[in-house]
Amino acid sequence: MSTVYDLIIIGAGPAGLSASIYASRFGIKHLILAKEQGGTIVWASEVANYPGIPDITGFELAQEFIAHAKKLGAEISQQEVMRINKNDQGVFEITTTAAKTYQSKTVIMATGTRRRSLGVPGEKEFLGKGVSYCCTCDAAFFKNKIVAIVGGANAACSGAVHLSKFAQKVYLLYRQDKLRAEPFWVKEVESLPNIEILYETTVIEIKGNKSLESVVLSKPYKGKNTLFVSGLFIEVGGVPISEMAKELGIKLDKSGYIVTDNNMVTSVPGFFCAGDLNSKSRGLQQIVTATSQGAWAALASYKFLKKA
Amino acid sequence: MAGITITDQSFESEVVQSKVPVLVDFWASWCGPCKMLTPTIEEIAAQYDGQVKVCKLEVDNNQQSAQKYNILSIPTVILFNKGEPVAQMVGVQPKEKFEEEIKKVLG
Repeated sequence: MSTVYDLIIIGAGPAGLSASIYASRFGIKHLILAKEQGGTIVWASEVANYPGIPDITGFELAQEFIAHAKKLGAEISQQEVMRINKNDQGVFEITTTAAKTYQSKTVIMATGTRRRSLGVPGEKEFLGKGVSYCCTCDAAFFKNKIVAIVGGANAACSGAVHLSKFAQKVYLLYRQDKLRAEPFWVKEVESLPNIEILYETTVIEIKGNKSLESVVLSKPYKGKNTLFVSGLFIEVGGVPISEMAKELGIKLDKSGYIVTDNNMVTSVPGFFCAGDLNSKSRGLQQIVTATSQGAWAALASYKFLKKA
Repeated sequence: MAGITITDQSFESEVVQSKVPVLVDFWASWCGPCKMLTPTIEEIAAQYDGQVKVCKLEVDNNQQSAQKYNILSIPTVILFNKGEPVAQMVGVQPKEKFEEEIKKVLG
């Protein structure tokens, strides 16, 4: 094992990339390890609330962040981190699925979340055969068809709006009695004639043959529990990607998000967290939150390194 | 060459009749995650050059091939061996996942 980095950033979404930009300007020698480049925003067809940029696709905005980080000298290695531990010298050891190990004095974990699944029968079997977690990617396959989307927050509502441009009809299925998306999105959804919202309803089974044909609803719609759809889009939030940090004994909230103070400092000295993975982001898991936290985390790393 | 662009017209000759296994990446210009996967696909193309052919099919203009293989979600990557699909991987995956399937057919 040769190089001991001053900082390793895990994750290359807005939080990780912002942390890198700030780390570069702090003069911190660092490496970014990321399974994918760009983050969750790559799944967003439209980003209209990032200050300074009225309208851009998530992928394009991610490319801007990546280019900016690289321009300042960021080294990004596309590898999935499997394990993080601290050795007897207090140095973090990070092992990837490619069986490589890296050492670092500080770490910023910015791995975000993975999409939550419904956990119902048929969901795995029909993935790619009618079940999708990406409205932007797959709406076009359902032109003039009937589809359903499960969820009630921003991703589900913006997804329903996107789907409505292609599908003949979109059923928005939400388990609560009121949508919890931004008022902007709620208004859009309510204004579109081919979107019908079914409240207090979710999917309990997914059925079909070669591809998806129907879903079983938790509450009858027009007297029937079976809804015939060609596509089912699932937008029920995210699950924190924090498993690899558990060995450190890091403090997590009850849902598995990493707990930090206002400076992105975790319960483990030298270990910081930014972005959707940070418990503080809950309630406003937005790009602007992530980029801000990335900067704070880089500062925390800088201060830690100076003291050492 | 990091991935050969194929069409509905060239699918038969490039994929079905290929003597080596073929990895086909079904993508579209509107699909962010498809573009996110591109570097991984290109890395595989370079690494397995000569052993596995890597092809990219843009589904918007090549709907026949997309429909033939029942593509309803992208990115979808299908590994073909002797003209038949042997593995289908939906969504953005790490390189190791594709390599796992490639190694099975290379023996």
